[in-house]
Amino acid sequence: MSLPDAAREALDVFEQAAGWEQRARLLMQWGERLPPLDATQQCEANRVHGCESQVWLVAEQTDGRWHFKAASDARLLRGLLALLLVRADGLTGSQLQQLDLPAWFTALGLGRQLSPSRSNGLNAVLRRMAQLTDGA
Amino acid sequence: MFQPSPWRADFPAIAALQRQHQTYLDSAATTQKPQHLLDALSHYYTQGAANVHRAQHLPGALATQAFEASREKVAAWLNAADAQQIVFTHGATSALNLLAYGLEWRLEAGDEIAVSALEHHANLLPWQQLAQRRGLRLVILPLDANGHIDLEAALQLIGPRTRVLAVSQLSNVLGTWQPLQPLLDHARAQGALSVVDGAQGVVHGRHDVQQLGCDFYVFSSHKLYGPDGLGVLYGRREALGLLRHWQFGGEMVQLAGYQQSSFRAAPLGFEAGTPPIASVIGLGASLDYLASLDATSVVEHEAALHRHLLRGLNDREGVRILGVPQLALASFVVEGVHNADLAHLLTEQGIAVRAGHHCAMPLVNSLGLDGAIRVSLALYNDSHDLERFFSALDQALELLR
Repeated sequence: MSLPDAAREALDVFEQAAGWEQRARLLMQWGERLPPLDATQQCEANRVHGCESQVWLVAEQTDGRWHFKAASDARLLRGLLALLLVRADGLTGSQLQQLDLPAWFTALGLGRQLSPSRSNGLNAVLRRMAQLTDGA
Repeated sequence: MFQPSPWRADFPAIAALQRQHQTYLDSAATTQKPQHLLDALSHYYTQGAANVHRAQHLPGALATQAFEASREKVAAWLNAADAQQIVFTHGATSALNLLAYGLEWRLEAGDEIAVSALEHHANLLPWQQLAQRRGLRLVILPLDANGHIDLEAALQLIGPRTRVLAVSQLSNVLGTWQPLQPLLDHARAQGALSVVDGAQGVVHGRHDVQQLGCDFYVFSSHKLYGPDGLGVLYGRREALGLLRHWQFGGEMVQLAGYQQSSFRAAPLGFEAGTPPIASVIGLGASLDYLASLDATSVVEHEAALHRHLLRGLNDREGVRILGVPQLALASFVVEGVHNADLAHLLTEQGIAVRAGHHCAMPLVNSLGLDGAIRVSLALYNDSHDLERFFSALDQALELLR
């Protein structure tokens, strides 16, 4: 699997994280790297429903490649969003379809964030991403 | 000082959870089960399951006997005059929907239904949807700052047009006892039927439905240390007689023809289809277990843990407790910290608490919040559980602030 540079970097640091505390610190650091979303884009149309916190996801396609922006009011979820975007951003529709995102989060040691009972919203974000990029 | 729970060992799941490094503080959502219940379930399934009220054969007779014995136990637990006033449903939600459909025929446009501002969705949405179907007015009884229904306002709002009053006994978010007695008395004087959602209240202390004088009382088995998939509806005899049948099928029918049928009275007329037989038998076992405990010790134990919980939360800077909880639970938020972040880090540390809107979205929103963390207690919790929670909370807040 060839990874984008930022994703490779994320994998390196998360793989070395010892314990939940360090993972949490890393998540918050990565969350701060998430580029901000314009206030106008934090609108109802971009809201991801099914999360306990507020989450917005924007998907745009240029030259056949998908680019995403995301925001949340919860810090740890911002970190998860950042890790999602470094993996998915810039891929084509068919690359996205083949991308195994649960495996990506599991590789980062964050697989539990995708368990069905979690209401943190990562599952909802993945569903929304698939919906937005479906058929493209 | 360590406060042990003398009943902890009666609940095998607590030890199992502890081995998985989990501290269970979400009993207001559902409780762990006593060994006594597990034995009863195992006995029923290993000795011969059978359907109830149908077969003349021996297994059927034994199952029916055990099933009806549970009805007696539930009636005794609530001090209902007669076991025939106890209807088994598939949950408290199902019981409340039964009421909303069963009473629909009595209501016409312009009539009012009163519910409080703190209702769980299960005691809000069935009435809200009924109001929409029939053009009724849904009146919301406001709360005071402590989290009790504002009695003065409520007595004004419940008037001659009020046909149904549906209120919680104990709030699942605020942990506050509601002023049931004056509300129920007033509702009766106004000619309104009263529905008490006892889902949380029934778990703490014993409640006498005859003394309360409510028309209907609803609770769910799984919050009362019983099996899930089972709710209980108590009805005053005359009130039960007002209900129209709502679900149709096996065993609720008296005479069935292709075009016309007639139906049984309560309770069987409202128990269409095969009921959750094992769960009913299991609830009986849970009630036997609970009845064997010293009720005063249980109440004192829970009260002491609750004081400990409130003290610990109040000691921490920036913690805001919702309302003024009286027992069983406390919901809180922390200034400058998103409750989803806090929930995430408590989960990482094996603390099982509930985060979010607690199925009371309008209430949580009216407090200006989009969620909160709820810690809830049961008789098997001990002070170590709370200490583990507090140390996890401190760790989480240190990371987040």
